Amino acid sequence: MKIIIPKITFWRVVAVLIVVSGLYSTYLRFTGGLSASTNLSDEFPWGLWIGFDILVGVGLAAGGFSICAIVHIFNIEKYKPLARPAILTAFLGYLLVIFGLMYDLGKPYNIWHAIIYWNPRSVMFEVAWCVMLYTTVLFLEFIPVVLEKYKLHKILTIMKKVAIPIMIVGIILSTLHQSSLGSLFLIIPQKMSQIWYSPLLPLYFFISAVGAGLSMVIFEAFLSARAFNKGIEEDLLSNIGLFSVIVLMIGFIIKIIDLIISRNFYLLLKLNNNSLLYFLEVLIGILIPFGLLIQKRFREDRRWLYASSIMVISGFLLNRLNVSITSISPDVGVTYFPSVNEISVTLMLVVLGLWSFKMIAKYFPVFEEQIIKENFGTEIQEKTVTNRIT
Amino acid sequence: MLKTKAILFDATLCVGCGECYSACKHANHLPETNSDYLKDHLNANTFTVIEQYGDIYVRKLCMHCLDATCVSVCPVGAFEKTDLGPVIYDENKCLGCRYCMQACPHHVPRYEWSRVNPRVRKCIMCYERVKNGDQTACAEACLAEATIFGDRDDLIEIAKQRLAENPDNYYQHIYGLEEAGGSCVLILSPVPFDQLGYSTNLPKEPLPTYTSKALEKIPGIIVGGGAFLSAMYWLTKRKNQIAKEEKQLNSTKH
Repeated sequence: MKIIIPKITFWRVVAVLIVVSGLYSTYLRFTGGLSASTNLSDEFPWGLWIGFDILVGVGLAAGGFSICAIVHIFNIEKYKPLARPAILTAFLGYLLVIFGLMYDLGKPYNIWHAIIYWNPRSVMFEVAWCVMLYTTVLFLEFIPVVLEKYKLHKILTIMKKVAIPIMIVGIILSTLHQSSLGSLFLIIPQKMSQIWYSPLLPLYFFISAVGAGLSMVIFEAFLSARAFNKGIEEDLLSNIGLFSVIVLMIGFIIKIIDLIISRNFYLLLKLNNNSLLYFLEVLIGILIPFGLLIQKRFREDRRWLYASSIMVISGFLLNRLNVSITSISPDVGVTYFPSVNEISVTLMLVVLGLWSFKMIAKYFPVFEEQIIKENFGTEIQEKTVTNRIT
Repeated sequence: MLKTKAILFDATLCVGCGECYSACKHANHLPETNSDYLKDHLNANTFTVIEQYGDIYVRKLCMHCLDATCVSVCPVGAFEKTDLGPVIYDENKCLGCRYCMQACPHHVPRYEWSRVNPRVRKCIMCYERVKNGDQTACAEACLAEATIFGDRDDLIEIAKQRLAENPDNYYQHIYGLEEAGGSCVLILSPVPFDQLGYSTNLPKEPLPTYTSKALEKIPGIIVGGGAFLSAMYWLTKRKNQIAKEEKQLNSTKH
């Protein structure tokens, strides 16, 4: 047997360091409680693990249902090559969200209580059920990939028959879940900065998740292209980039109208931490990428497309942290900044996500080329070839 | 019919003796957290505090809201608004999501941050005592009668009477009558409440109405979304099919 020694590269060393420190923080979290591992306090009960691991994690998984809707519900079949990687991204995203919840929940071993103790008045109850159900749906959406690999054609045919209803359920659950994360904050109107607080928060969360989720699909395609030395579907991705920034722009316009109608627009004219962070969020996350990708020459330039997707994702990240941390001022003088342990656990989750994606994509037919190879029946190959031509 | 019980705290009568603080600690079997009770804050082992603002002393404790935010936000229903008034908590149901802490308009629930098996902690208005017809430990201990216990309706009448009889002694407002839908702790003060560290920017309607407006839309999204997506699926599928047939037709013609 040949022992494969992985090549030592810069990013591998970084990844190992992150995982080691993440594991140490994990040890602190589960032996000393939340005070030993986080900067959370009675004044700031929610921090980075909610703001990033949950809100950003779920939001960036939105590419899964968006692409799924485009390909399987609106039947725009040319985007099909993007569907599987997007669904895998979403599935792993949700698994990481649940993994992250285990750190943040004070009593993670009680997580299943949401199944037996119901409180339908609680947005968190809705969130819990959406996580459970949509993760199941994502599993069902992804399982054909595994079935194909092991050539379990009988189960595959059954799966294909129920695929469309499952996808419709998935899209509805995602819509509910994305928006409900915004609804969580509706109950603290007096605690939040009016720059971010709005009765429309659920709508903003939904729109921004769709926009950023689509950019995540682009980002993930570029990473895969690098990792697997494969080509990218450039024309498809530049269209997705355009969709992404248009969706975000619509959200931005609604937000500005909302600020004007609610007479809170003046808050943006006062320069302070809040307004500056808001400007940063919309500039990086919406305005600059929109300005770039609305022009054909930037949209069709790989580097600008890649850069824009990174900007959208960063802006989205900042938005979720702004809503869940910056905007909240429980008491004068009380501030929160995540601890080293909170950051290391978060980074570890990101590394684990990237690593699992790479591993699964390596061994299972996730990308178009692999799909053809896996089902190397000539019939399918012909079909794809004709599909490509037409 | 059970009458909702309540606590009336009158800051004009409070001398800051700390008897309520000690009685609360004793009744709830809480360890000492600060040698000077006036310097203590609400925490996992302190359910009520006395705060000094100049020569005014005020109490902070769970307000036991009528439509309590913590009760509404808890995903597993670990909080319960009892018919008698107290809002109680079941640590065995709790997941530890801390949404109650984030959402509470009075900033009351506290957490056992350093425990591996943490609980949310707050005043439960001596529920066991109240159930047996007794008054709360803090009201019983108060020698100055600054904290009194009784039926909420009666206490509101008493408060109104005090405001009317001694208008010069009081800031004309009963805190807790309408704040966030009203609460079972009512407070009277000689000065405006924002000077005493109470949240004065609370809406009159209960906060759960803010989220219920969003939650009400769920059935609509499920039904409407399901119908829309099914229709879109059918329509676009049909369109693609027709396009394909036409193409085939054209190719056979040529």
